[in-house]
Amino acid sequence: MTHGDLAKSGEASHMEHPSYQRHHFESVAQQFDATNFAMWLFLLTEIMFFGGLFTAYLIMRNWYYPAFVEASHQLSIFWGTANTTVLILSSFTMAMGVWSAQMRRKGMLLLFLGLTFFLGLVFLGIKGIEWHEKWEKYHVPGIRYSIQDFTNPAADPEVHSQYPDDKPLGLDMANKTEMYFFLYFAMTGMHALHMVIGIAILAFMIVRARADAYTQGHVTFVENFGLYWHFVDIIWIFLFPLLYLISRHQ
Amino acid sequence: MAQQPHSHDAAQGEEHIHIVSPKIYLAILLALLVLTATTVGVSYIDMGILNPVVALAIACIKMMLVVLFFMHVKYSPKLTKLTVISGIFIFLGLISMTLADYISRAWGSW
Repeated sequence: MTHGDLAKSGEASHMEHPSYQRHHFESVAQQFDATNFAMWLFLLTEIMFFGGLFTAYLIMRNWYYPAFVEASHQLSIFWGTANTTVLILSSFTMAMGVWSAQMRRKGMLLLFLGLTFFLGLVFLGIKGIEWHEKWEKYHVPGIRYSIQDFTNPAADPEVHSQYPDDKPLGLDMANKTEMYFFLYFAMTGMHALHMVIGIAILAFMIVRARADAYTQGHVTFVENFGLYWHFVDIIWIFLFPLLYLISRHQ
Repeated sequence: MAQQPHSHDAAQGEEHIHIVSPKIYLAILLALLVLTATTVGVSYIDMGILNPVVALAIACIKMMLVVLFFMHVKYSPKLTKLTVISGIFIFLGLISMTLADYISRAWGSW
């Protein structure tokens, strides 16, 4: 039976419901729960997606430990920590955005979505700085790679002064540093791609928020995007120590 | 799955959607920043085999804070909590099985 039929027949059995409640749901709350659950299922698939890369890193690090330790010394703790702080702040602003939508405060929602968007761009900018440095130093596997910094650590004074105990690696092990950088670019690259997608959706949401889409009681999109954004933050929360921090000492 | 009987007052449809206070968000933010500083600081100390263990432990605590509070799982229906736990469980199972495979190879680098 269509909406029109019920109206014509004068049946009062069709409950009033907000326009954004779809007909196959009993209530807005149930619709919210169902969409939330679906979003979580998607996030589980993302865990498996990144999990494969993390497992590869785990195994390769155990196989080629000296190479992975020395290669990780090429990463900048300063920029890594900065990026972690930026992402944690952006998770806070995203959570505040969801709160603003729930409280139907459009101005605050726009502010927090805008801040999250900006912080996301800052993160990508810092990533760009780091990746540029890798390019300059010939640490891009397959395209522009040199093992010189690992067969002769003293040739790289900036890193050598921080890690004076790094020994020159034999040829075989030095070649394995390329595996580390492959995983570095694969993991941070996949994470950055997720950031780009998130930032694009944020831009869309800012446009929609200006049109009152999320401050009339229908916060599901903002809440579920929040789940995505926090998840990308969690991935980085694990990437940061695993890539940057755990191999500071031999 | 719903924590309350279905609502007839659809306009109040979010009544079982718990609105978390900004104060809690702020507290979690501060906790996360402190934990970040801790994990960086601790990485400077040579603890041998414990370095990765401590780093991952701190990362897990940060993850739990984000999941429970920023992602609202603490205030979510039981189905959500079950979904998150099963996701983590399956992930750990996948890693364990993969490791079991590699470790038991006679020709492996282990």
